[in-house]
Amino acid sequence: MAKMKACEAMVECLRAEGIKVVFGYPGAAICPFYDKLIESDIKHILVRHEANGGHSANGYARISGKPGVCIATSGPGALNLIPAIATAYADSIPLICITGQVNCDQIGRDVFQEADITGSAEPFVKHSYLVKNASDLPRIMKEAFYIAGSGRPGPVLIDVPMDVQNTEIDFEYPKKVEIRSYKPTGKGNMAQIKRVIKALDEAKKPLICVGGGVFASDAVEEITRLSEIMQIPVITTMMGISAFSDDNPLFFGMLGMHGVRAANKAVKECDVLFLVGARVGDRAVRMPLLLEESTKIIHIDIDPAEIGKNVSTNIPLVGDAKLVLRQMLSYAEPDRHDDWIEKLNSYVSEPVYKECDEGTVNPRKFISKLSDKMPENTTVVADVGQNQIWTATSYKMRGGRFLTSGGMGTMGYAIPAAIGAKLADKSHEVVAICGDGAFQMSFMELATAVQHGVDLKVIVMTNHYLGMVRELQKNHYDNRLTAVSLEGSPDFITLAKAYGIPCMRVTNEAEGEQAIRKLSEEKGSFFVECVVGDFHATLNE
Amino acid sequence: MKHTISVLVENQPGVLSRISGLFSRRGFNIDSLAVGVTDDPSVSRVTIIVDGNEYTVEQVLKQLNKLIDVIKVKCLGADENIARELVLVKIAVTGEKRSEIMTLAEITKAEIIDISPTTMTLQLADTTANVLRFEEIVRPYGVVEEVRTGVIALEKGAECITVKK
Repeated sequence: MAKMKACEAMVECLRAEGIKVVFGYPGAAICPFYDKLIESDIKHILVRHEANGGHSANGYARISGKPGVCIATSGPGALNLIPAIATAYADSIPLICITGQVNCDQIGRDVFQEADITGSAEPFVKHSYLVKNASDLPRIMKEAFYIAGSGRPGPVLIDVPMDVQNTEIDFEYPKKVEIRSYKPTGKGNMAQIKRVIKALDEAKKPLICVGGGVFASDAVEEITRLSEIMQIPVITTMMGISAFSDDNPLFFGMLGMHGVRAANKAVKECDVLFLVGARVGDRAVRMPLLLEESTKIIHIDIDPAEIGKNVSTNIPLVGDAKLVLRQMLSYAEPDRHDDWIEKLNSYVSEPVYKECDEGTVNPRKFISKLSDKMPENTTVVADVGQNQIWTATSYKMRGGRFLTSGGMGTMGYAIPAAIGAKLADKSHEVVAICGDGAFQMSFMELATAVQHGVDLKVIVMTNHYLGMVRELQKNHYDNRLTAVSLEGSPDFITLAKAYGIPCMRVTNEAEGEQAIRKLSEEKGSFFVECVVGDFHATLNE
Repeated sequence: MKHTISVLVENQPGVLSRISGLFSRRGFNIDSLAVGVTDDPSVSRVTIIVDGNEYTVEQVLKQLNKLIDVIKVKCLGADENIARELVLVKIAVTGEKRSEIMTLAEITKAEIIDISPTTMTLQLADTTANVLRFEEIVRPYGVVEEVRTGVIALEKGAECITVKK
């Protein structure tokens, strides 16, 4: 027991959780905490917008496997965090969001920079706390980390009024968490596991569909072993990309509206579909278009509410993917599905790259070539829009990680998330790929990267349009292009130079080769503008 | 189809808004919601009447269970629960009509709990069906104000929903 101010205790809690880096933006109501943070060994990354602090913490969490921490002040600072909280919630990423709040006796009086952040963020948090009693803080911090990182991970918000931060307390960080109403499931029900094994054994054309849950439970090794022992082909959702190496002969790519043909054919033709940590979002499987009625569906998820929510399930299996798969592995017997795999292979075609207009490059070809040259453990962060689809389907993963805002589709995610990913593991390369729309939502974070010495590789695909919306308007609104032109954008090379980042523009294949060499070989940051044809599309290209 | 859902929650500020927010944002329809503290002061019990099909009710139960402050959730079987709600009705009656009301109260097992020169206030605790019938009976006398608590329910017999100590 040590006497200290609650704000100092908050810092001690973060240290006790092993937090090395936090992302934030100070303000009056969180100043007591900042005043103690500076005395600690925790590195604070000053972002240029609170939402980006949340995205950085998101990228950090996904690479480190631990909750990412972001901080904002009361009112507008906290409100700016909401998109990042919602983004993390949609993708089940563990975040600890700490916000300052006005003094307890001022709450509810509409004072300067007051906002009901626990109320506002309620739909997007796994849990939240408004701390009114300073002596509760150590317990709340302990619970928050436990809740954020266990079960189905997600963001937890802790709102701390300024007077609470300044209250002296007896501090001791609790060793254990005891929440009677929260007991996440671990192992799977044995009877269900046997049913799953039996169904997979009997299947002629089984298929495993891997989602982001496999990363949340660190089950990549287990699912790979299961698929190899039982020789079951694998596809992924967008959140599951990079769980399997593109070189694995059992892997057939990403499914869905923007997915690859082999993966979608596989879903259509399989007799048993085994979903692992995938919530079957509407962009992945358009029901009932893609699934045969006779297809038997097995679904592992740690969140019982996901089972049966989007797709009806024949064999539900609630549990942590890693633990459940380990249980399954002790029953899995070697099997073969040569005909089925051969059939799926017949749907795989080498990509054909369309000739591009003078002065532009084919984005898919550029990304594919980039992936041949980047180190195998590279983290690739795709933003949202056409660039996301081009990256998801053309970057060949061989051991690194693919990050994107899959559920919420939050534009501007890539650069801040890449900063977080790099800080989680400075020894590996991180590439952010954006379009000219999304880039202009968060390019201010280049300053954050420069200020804190975070080396990033940044690629901006410029086509002078909000390309995904333009494509939608072409296909569904009779090509009436409305509010999608990005005319007025700055010269991105001049912009990169203004930040002091080495850069080059790519307008043809030779320059593309040169840029890829720079991106893959040079130490330090490098910025590439890749000029794409204005009307280059994602579908039917 | 109406379903009666009992929810045991931590008796803390903000819990009710989490529950009601969950219903509105996920598009579940609440017919009624009643909440009160239990014999254990750290636990409140919420009774929710939900209108929806089996899929909806399953989602309601699962999503409620995900709220950290929710300790237990159970859907009470339609024939296996005893449900009551309380209604207070203020009627504008004077003169000889008052004795009619007194007879009605006796027949319907309602109580007269307040009286003024121009009004009488009745109270009835009964099933929703009987409360509705009671409303119908007193309506012709001129209801000036009415309030209902919403349904509360327990399981029949020895079955109970409790929190492990």
